[in-house]
Formats: sequence, C-alpha cells, structure tokens
Amino acid sequence: MPTATIKLYSVLAQHLPPGAEKNTAPLQIDAATTVGGLIGSLNLPPQHCHLVLLNGVFVPPDARGSTPVRDGDALAIWPPVAGG
Amino acid sequence: MSWTGNVLRVNLTAGTCTSEPLNKAWTRQYLGQRGLATKYLSEEIDPTCDALGPDNKMIMTTGPLTGTMASTAGRYSVVTKSPLTGCVACSNSGGHFGNEMKNAGWDMIIFEGQSPTPVYLYVENEKAELRDASGYWGKSVWDTDAGLKTAHQDPLLRIAAIGVAGEKGVLYACIVNDLHRAAGRSGVGTVMGSKNLKAVAIRGTRGVKVADPLTFMKAATDAKKVLADNAVTGQGLPAYGTQVLMNVINETGALPTHNFRDVQFDGAADISAEAMVAPRKTDGKPNLVTNQACFACTIACGRVSQLDRGHYTVVNRPEYWGASGGLEYEAAWALGAATGVKDLEALTFANFLCNEQAIDPISLGATIAAAMELYEMGVITTEHTGGIELPFGSAQALTTLAELTCKGEGFGAEIGLGSRRLTEKYGHPDLSMTVKSQEFPAYDPRGVQGMGLSYATSNRGACHLRGYTVSSEILGIPEKTDPLSHEGKAGLVKAFQDATAAVDSAGICVFTTFAWTLEHIAPQIAAATGEAYTPESLLEIGERIWNLERRFNMAAGMTAADDTLPKRLLKDAAKTGPAKGMVAPLDKMLPEYYQLRGWTTDGIPTNETVERLAL
Ligand code: SF4
Repeated sequence: MPTATIKLYSVLAQHLPPGAEKNTAPLQIDAATTVGGLIGSLNLPPQHCHLVLLNGVFVPPDARGSTPVRDGDALAIWPPVAGG
Repeated sequence: MSWTGNVLRVNLTAGTCTSEPLNKAWTRQYLGQRGLATKYLSEEIDPTCDALGPDNKMIMTTGPLTGTMASTAGRYSVVTKSPLTGCVACSNSGGHFGNEMKNAGWDMIIFEGQSPTPVYLYVENEKAELRDASGYWGKSVWDTDAGLKTAHQDPLLRIAAIGVAGEKGVLYACIVNDLHRAAGRSGVGTVMGSKNLKAVAIRGTRGVKVADPLTFMKAATDAKKVLADNAVTGQGLPAYGTQVLMNVINETGALPTHNFRDVQFDGAADISAEAMVAPRKTDGKPNLVTNQACFACTIACGRVSQLDRGHYTVVNRPEYWGASGGLEYEAAWALGAATGVKDLEALTFANFLCNEQAIDPISLGATIAAAMELYEMGVITTEHTGGIELPFGSAQALTTLAELTCKGEGFGAEIGLGSRRLTEKYGHPDLSMTVKSQEFPAYDPRGVQGMGLSYATSNRGACHLRGYTVSSEILGIPEKTDPLSHEGKAGLVKAFQDATAAVDSAGICVFTTFAWTLEHIAPQIAAATGEAYTPESLLEIGERIWNLERRFNMAAGMTAADDTLPKRLLKDAAKTGPAKGMVAPLDKMLPEYYQLRGWTTDGIPTNETVERLAL
C-alpha cells in the first residue's frame, strides 16, 4: 500500500493520528489522493492550513485539490506562524 | 511630545554627566532610536576610529513610542561602531529598560571617552552620576543586577550590564538588560567593556506624555486588537515563540547545518518549539515553563525555561536550576543545528550562559560550528583546544566552549574572536560563514534566495533583522513569494529593509509587523508626537536611514566588494531538500538592487539620491 508521511504542527497537532511521533505519522494513500483530499479526510480546519508544504515546497490554496500525493511524499502543514 | 527633549551626555574620561536638548529637527528626519542615534553617531565620530578606543561613542536610545501604551513600546537600541564588523552597529532590545530610561526623562544617553577605572551609571530621574563599579568587575550580569539592586535597596531598578565576556574583549559580547533581554549583535557589549562601563542602572517615575491622548489611545487600542485577532501575534507567537520556525525551515531545506555544509538537520524536531513543550523523558517536565512579555507587549513571545536538574551541565549547580530565559529560534539554531547538537537541555544551558555573561548566542554557535569543521578537517586539534574534542554534534564540546568563551579563557578566547578571525587564523577563511565579519543567522540563502541579497547588503553584516524576506518567501506574510526564485527579490529586499529601518526607529518591536503594516504604526507615532507621520513618510525615513548607515560604512572603509556571501553559498549547491542543486544567485540580484536604491554600480549612493533623501 502506498504510504505518505503527514506532519502537523502547532494547533493542528491535535489532528494527528494516534501513534504519531515528533508531530509525524505515516498515512496510507491511494492513486487518487490529493493534498486537498488529505486535508479534508483529516478534518483539518481550512483556515488553519496556511503553510502547506509537499516535500518542502509550498502548495498554493488553489492547487491543493489537484496536487497528487504520491508514495513516499511528505506533507507538512502549519497554521499561520512566524518568528525570527 | 512623547519625547522628553533631553539627552544625557556621559563623558567617561572626565567622569561627567550633562544634559542637553534633543535635536528635534533630526527626529523629523530620522524618527528616533536606530535612525536618530545613527545620525548622532555619524555627526560625532570619525567612522575610521578604533571601535574599542576612546574616540568611539556608544548611544543608548529610545524611539518616539518607547514608554507609551502602544503595544511592545519598551524597545531601546544601542548604536555604536562595531568591533566585530567595523560597520555601524545597532542592537535592539526589549524588556523594561528602554521604558525606564524614557520615564526617567531621557530620550538618549551618549557615552563618550573611556573611564580610567570600572564605573556604572546610576540614573534616578533627572539625577545621573557615575559610580565606582570595581566591586562588580569580573561578575556576571546576573550577579551585577542583584548586587546593584541590593546596594541601592531598590528592587525596581532596571539594569543593563555586561558580563565577563564584554570585559575580556569577546568580540560579540552583548548588553543584557532585565536579566534575559539582549542588545545582542555586533559586539555592542565589547564597546561598553572597552569604556570600563559595567552597567547602567535606571529608576524613572516621571511618566511619558503624548501629544494627543485621546487620538493616541484610540490608535493604540485599535492596533492592539489587530495583534490580538491575528493568528501569528495573537496565538502562534505566545504559544510557541519564534522556535516554531525550527521545523518549518528544516522542512523547506533552508536550515543551515554543520557550518552550512548541509541545509537540513536530522535533529531539528528534537530542538524545536514542539520539543520544548513536550514532557522530558528524564523528569517528566517540559523544558518550557511559561511565555513572557516585554514592557507593554500584548504578544508575549518570550520563552522561560527550566533545566532538568539531572542533566550533566547542571548536576550540583543549583544556581542554574531556576526558571530563566529560554531558547529563541536563532539561538537554538546556532547552538544546535549549526553545530549538529541535538541535546535541547545542553542548548538551553548554553543559552543561559549567554544571558548570564552577555554574549551573542548566534555568533557563539556559528563560530563553534566553524571550529568544529576545522577540527574534523584536522586543522584544529586537541593541542589547540586544550584537550577538548570538537566533532560536530558534541554537546559536551558546545557547553564547555560556551563556558570558556563567556569568560574569555583557554580556547574560548579564540572562539571569542568570531568566525572570520578564527578561520583566518587557521588558514581557511572560506569556512567563515559571515558577511562583513558577522555570523549568519538561521536561514540558508540557497533555500531562501531573497535572504542572500538581504545578508549581503545588510548594514550590520549578516543579519535576519535588517530585511526579513523569510516572512514573505517562506511564511507568506504579507503575501507568499517563491523562496527558490530570485525574480523580484531586489525590490522585496529593499522594501523590507526600508520599512524595518522605520519600525526599528519607532520604539516598538519588529514582530508587530507580522500583523501590522505602516498603516497601523503611523497614526500611533503621529498622535504620540503631534507630528504628521504617514506610511509614506515613514518609508522615506526608512530609506534615509538605510542610506545614512550605508554612507557611514563606506566612510569606515567598506566597498561594494563587501556586499557578498561566502564562497560556499555561491558555489556549493544545496545537497538535499527543495533547493537541492541550487546556489545563492547573488550576481543576479545585486545590480538590480543597486539600481533600485539609486546607487552607482559600485554601490555608492548617487548625488541625486543623497539630495532626494536630504542626507
Ligand atoms: S513580541 Fe516578543 S520580543 Fe517583541 S516585545 Fe513582545 S515579548 Fe518582546
């Protein structure tokens, strides 16, 4: 079964599947899985999905529904954050 | 108004303290704090002077909003010529010291000359005098703070002091106020030490008046609501602090690791904000105790941490068992990812030491990282280090060197030279990850391309706080740009640099700008001062300040050749992550940047620019 890694931070961490470690969990996917689809299936509040990185690269909101998640991909999501 | 109108001039050679009126015409041109003090410095010193000699001056300075009820309005800056870079230094600090200075009736304190013996400045409202500090010389910031409060029988004294590092000439010593807040970069504490000035202790009870109280209160209250309602300033920063960035920047492949050999760190999660709030395996308690706010701040990003008492660094050392200033992102990166150390408690301990003895953790960690690379190459050996083994990843090496550097002892004295001088001494200057001799902060310009230009052109050497394009390139604030493209970055860098110069001159914290624009800031300054400030006029002031700093640096001997990056970043491609295969394309951005700035191809402000900005 193809597997991706999901990483959820800050207020999104509460949506991690059981057994997650260091904010990271494996997630089974299929050929039709998209970034937007994963966000929906994990019940992530859309307004908190600000920084959405697929393998470290930002996926803009209008491309999330059509961007596929493939075997071995890492999807990391943050609400609006900043520092410096 | 909101200015007291008074400048305190302290001549350390003569031992005198005199009052003089603030140059109000300059406040209209340069606003306050960073801009205003740089104007004073430019007019009063020869930029080629020895930064550690009597001809350099050191200015502690507030902004027009410092001491008011505007959010974060406790800021002050220290402006001087830097001994680390030879450029103008401006280091900004929060806490409560800046507010106390304004409340005592002083907009600015100018220190000149050099005291023959250790002294501290004691200020109680209009009363200001130099007193003997020989009993505090050789003591830490924390002991000096406690000693002065006891001696004056005043627990409400606000104190800014140097530690032993500043006395011993560590080139990136800082000035720590309120125990944990630092005017951190470029060696401003080294200048203070060279003047034999141990501390400044202030008590102010006179209040700060604003020109139009009703309009000011409305503007300040409306702006606070904007901060409270914003996800970053209202929720993210208070909960996780700046350290929330550790995993973000690692994920984007821009976390400089092992002295910038790598761009991702396998220990990032172990030293992140998330690790700080998780219960430790050893004692079940989290590293983070609480957050903390500087004066008047409604964001409260500060970290307060407590060490595991069983950790090797503090066993039998109860003086480090209390809650104290915790890791911010830049410090955690330098002490951690740059050195490859993933022991959160060791980093926290090293950070405590940096506060206790007042040294810049960014320059410390980055210099230790350079030493570790030289050690792994066999260039530095245990013969040089006094027996300390220095492989990347060694927490023991990090904490031992932090202790030695804080006291300027043993191999720590060499670490105290900074990365550029250390690598030059050992014949490998290319391994110094610096610009204008100042160590980089925590963003690799191969993965955040605008930051390469921002670092190369920063007026105080490599620095994230002069033009934080990470905000746009990575975090999407105010709008997202592509971190892997250099297109449009010249304009972005200039815009960030100019706006930040204005914010740094206002008396407020730059973190407000994650929610505020100059549209929120201008009305507060206008109502506080009774002068007409607009977002446009603030941007123009910011640009004027940038050019003023540039001209100081040019007069000090800098040229366009100094607007560059280490060879490693220009030639060696990133090995992993989204930026894999990329270098920092500075040559594609710098000419456009000079053009946008109105500078010649040699990076010199043209006559037209000088006239336009009325410099
Ligand atoms: S945001 Fe943080 S650094 Fe800035 S004033 Fe507030 S507590 Fe201090």
